[in-house]
Amino acid sequence: MTEEHAKNHLWGRRDWLTALGWTAIAGALLAGTAAFGRLLFRRAPIEPPTQFRAGRPADYAAGTVSDRFVKTWRVFIVHENSQLYAILGKCTHLGCTPRWYRRENKFKCPCHGSGFDTAGVNFEGPAPRPLERARVWLDDAGELWVDVGQRYARENWGQPGAHVRVSAARERA
Amino acid sequence: MSARPGFWRQVYDSVFRHKFGDTPRNRMLQITSNVFLHLHPATVRRHGLRLRYTWGMGGLSFLMFLVTVVTGVVLMFYYRPTAATAYIDMKNLQHEIPFGMFQRNMHRWGAHAMVILVWLHMLRVFLSGSYKPPREFNWGVGVVLLTLTMLLSFTGYLLPWDQLARWAITVGTNMAAATPFLGHQGPGAQLTGVTERTDVRALLLGGPQVGDAALLRFYVLHCVFLPLIASTFMIVHFWRVRKDGGISGPPATDSDAAAGRSGGQS
Repeated sequence: MTEEHAKNHLWGRRDWLTALGWTAIAGALLAGTAAFGRLLFRRAPIEPPTQFRAGRPADYAAGTVSDRFVKTWRVFIVHENSQLYAILGKCTHLGCTPRWYRRENKFKCPCHGSGFDTAGVNFEGPAPRPLERARVWLDDAGELWVDVGQRYARENWGQPGAHVRVSAARERA
Repeated sequence: MSARPGFWRQVYDSVFRHKFGDTPRNRMLQITSNVFLHLHPATVRRHGLRLRYTWGMGGLSFLMFLVTVVTGVVLMFYYRPTAATAYIDMKNLQHEIPFGMFQRNMHRWGAHAMVILVWLHMLRVFLSGSYKPPREFNWGVGVVLLTLTMLLSFTGYLLPWDQLARWAITVGTNMAAATPFLGHQGPGAQLTGVTERTDVRALLLGGPQVGDAALLRFYVLHCVFLPLIASTFMIVHFWRVRKDGGISGPPATDSDAAAGRSGGQS
């Protein structure tokens, strides 16, 4: 390539090819990085089932907190004020599973010491809000079901799925 | 050896690019003509021997990295990163496999020591002002290496798959969920539209909670991904130490200049 040629052409053939080559390399790296980023999120997230049968309402005596489903489903079943509800055992601070202490009548998180009363309302430690509740309902046979995939924060505890009414008559029976 | 050409002479010459004799020239060549040229200085300045100045922290950090690499590879011969096997493999390493307890503890204490030494290294560089020109860039590289050290420590935390491991990573990744813009519980999550399944926590865990996917992810990060990146940055870090005038020492004084000696700062 002569000097005169270079003067007349801002971009010579070699410049174009160089730019093209580097663009191709940068593009390939960029595309590869983007593809890898997308690869880290699967198309069909593999998640465990969320619904389970929790027995009959009569299994849960009035005024008690049951932790029989904590190891398997991370749920406490509470029977209080003629209501059955399922408290999700996931601390609202950083996600550890609180334990139920019957004598102290409270949930206590082992990680950072958050405490919750039987309704799941936080009263000590760093937890910023009450424990969430899972959806509960009774099927036609009168069995209690829980769906941990549907959750209710405190402002939604009044909604139908957040609790099941247990009549006093049924309790005695 | 040098007088008689022969088989062993040829073997020696094929490995080393300098003569055998213990001369100052050959000692210099030992350093400058081998692959570790950029790691080890051809000449050691007098101040480089003053432990009180550098505390030897950078070198010790690197030594701890080597210890964890070697013992980590040994542990990989028995450890399988699945929820069903991880904990029992770790226990078998401790109680059934000969020297397994030793290797695991070397790895564990080496890792703890590395974290501590890297922080002390940063403290020393700060106190002695060794981040000043022309070493600003290497301070930046060091900050990246410090972060990588913490990430290596964090990802290794999950691998024993005991209660401490699982809840520590639960807490740690839930903190990531509060990252601005990138975490679904953080400020600006509405702006970026990240959800529980698409935020930085999901990226780390590969699922909704600390489970098999998270264990595999942390394992790959811990054993391959992060060590490779850290090694790359270490290469640059050590190379820049050489290029920026060797390990840092006290600034040159007037009397040094008069005597024709140079200090270590530049």
